[in-house]
Amino acid sequence: MAEFLQIMISGLAAGAVYALAAVGFTLLWQASQAINFAQGEFVMLPAFFVLIGTGYFGLPLWVAILLAIVISILVLGIAFKKLVVEPMLPHGTLPLVIATIALGLLMKESVKEFYSAQGQPFPPLFPQTVFEVFGAAISVQDVCNLLVSLLVILGLQMFLQRSRTGRSMQATAQNPAVAEILGVDVKKMVMYTFIINGFLAAIASILISPFYLAKFSNGETLGLIAFIAAIVGGFNQIRGALVGGLLIGVLDNLAAAYVSAQYRAAVPLILLIVIIMVRPQGLVGTTEGRAV
Amino acid sequence: MSWLRIAAVLAAIVVLVLAPMGQTTYFVYVLCSWLVFSIAAMGLNLTLGYAGQVSLAQAAFMGIGAYVTSLMTLAGIHWIFAVFASVTSCFAVGLILGYPALRVQHHFLAFVTLAFNALVFLVLRNEEWLTGGSFGLVGMPRPEFLGFKTGTQTQFYYFVLVCFLIATGIMAWIIHSPWGRAFKALRENPIRANSLGLNTRRMTLLAFAIGSAFGGLAGAIQAPLVQFIEPGSFALIHSLKLLLMVVVGGSGFFLGPILGAAIVVLLPELLRFTEGYYLMVYALMVLVLMVFSPTGLFGLGTRFWQRLTRPKQVERGDLKQGASL
Repeated sequence: MAEFLQIMISGLAAGAVYALAAVGFTLLWQASQAINFAQGEFVMLPAFFVLIGTGYFGLPLWVAILLAIVISILVLGIAFKKLVVEPMLPHGTLPLVIATIALGLLMKESVKEFYSAQGQPFPPLFPQTVFEVFGAAISVQDVCNLLVSLLVILGLQMFLQRSRTGRSMQATAQNPAVAEILGVDVKKMVMYTFIINGFLAAIASILISPFYLAKFSNGETLGLIAFIAAIVGGFNQIRGALVGGLLIGVLDNLAAAYVSAQYRAAVPLILLIVIIMVRPQGLVGTTEGRAV
Repeated sequence: MSWLRIAAVLAAIVVLVLAPMGQTTYFVYVLCSWLVFSIAAMGLNLTLGYAGQVSLAQAAFMGIGAYVTSLMTLAGIHWIFAVFASVTSCFAVGLILGYPALRVQHHFLAFVTLAFNALVFLVLRNEEWLTGGSFGLVGMPRPEFLGFKTGTQTQFYYFVLVCFLIATGIMAWIIHSPWGRAFKALRENPIRANSLGLNTRRMTLLAFAIGSAFGGLAGAIQAPLVQFIEPGSFALIHSLKLLLMVVVGGSGFFLGPILGAAIVVLLPELLRFTEGYYLMVYALMVLVLMVFSPTGLFGLGTRFWQRLTRPKQVERGDLKQGASL
């Protein structure tokens, strides 16, 4: 029982961070029909911004983190939209898929060549103490990760549902043409989506790197998990990405503990295939009537 | 087929026959792997360029082909039977995988194949009793046909070339058959194709399964070529590489994947002076190419050619007269 509780908490903590990446992925898909195959690399990169800040420029950790978030928004949000997505959108989905694959490759190789091919230790943000609840060892780091991720996602949800800008963004996501007619600045709303994605990627990167070490190849697994979380939960809902992320985090840890460590990576993949066959709209997603 | 086209095909075959003469073994090996990847990319082009579906599992199908062929030839069965088994098993797996994915919505195939590739990799690595795990399989024999041996690199090149020409011929036949026209109709406008009485789902599934079978064929040739296979050669990244081949060359153009494979296989040799930066240079080139010409190099070439050959506007004499009045 104690072991089970322990597995659940650390699974939820990892899952909440996956959910951050998945939410960004979902938002981009909704706003611009762009499937970002570089999403994993987007989560890999900001940790290196922090490391460059603390290592090369000797900044205090919190300054480096703030700077990394700002740079992520500029590079992964605004520059990505202006330089890659915008010129390619008129050509349809496929060239954009290829371009994001190439972009992911470029980011991965750049980090490997210009920083290091080795995994880098990343400073933890929260105290590394462990406390006991019902005999289960729960780490403060896990609980804090879970809380921060949930707060960010809830805040985002509030922003999208309550604020005027957020509602305009949702209108844009559902039907850009109608939103335009209703006086929504569609271009600006799409840009906001990219900015939010850059921000979420930065937060996810900073939360997860103390566990995984900052490594150029982290994007491979993270990207795949973000995909799967987004699809499992439901591609057209933020709630879906959250459910998908948490579910994968927990299942992954359960599989590693009770099934087989060798095949733990197979669990999300099988989950994905099953979901697509049984419930293609995702667990909490709704079917879209958008066709032709 | 016009006479000009037949002459061009014959000339290309002559060039391919003469290519390995007086070259180093390594160069001949690079040529062989170009032809092998061309076959796999050609199959993917059918799925992607003609039927309009993104598949991210072509490397997994190459892997299935390579492992089936290796296990059978290592057990003493002739390559001819092994290649038959490889191609049919990939065709069957393609059908099983594509059926549920295409039943839902088009981009789901991309995700299902992505997951499938990752699963195949895990199985190849973990099932050591069958696949040798991460140590792989070694020493696949090179086939022999009625006394014609394929032991040396040049002999093997001609064997690969024959396979390549047969595969290209079959692909050309498929594309010019009513099926091929149906695939194209599907890509251009699935709804219109459907309204014309085409069973879009069945045609797309067929295109995907045939494309996968070509991947199996490529794997079956790769096994005796490299004589050492391990799971890493068939990981997801290689599927992405195959996808890049098709798109960089020009998806939907018959020769596109062959050009794309040439670029992906030969470019590391040309960019050797950049040392570790090869992949970065390559990724940057793909990005720039996609921004300027999303239809790949063939699309770029066609547009350039059209601009050259487009008739110039001739000013009408009577207009000039009228203007001067």
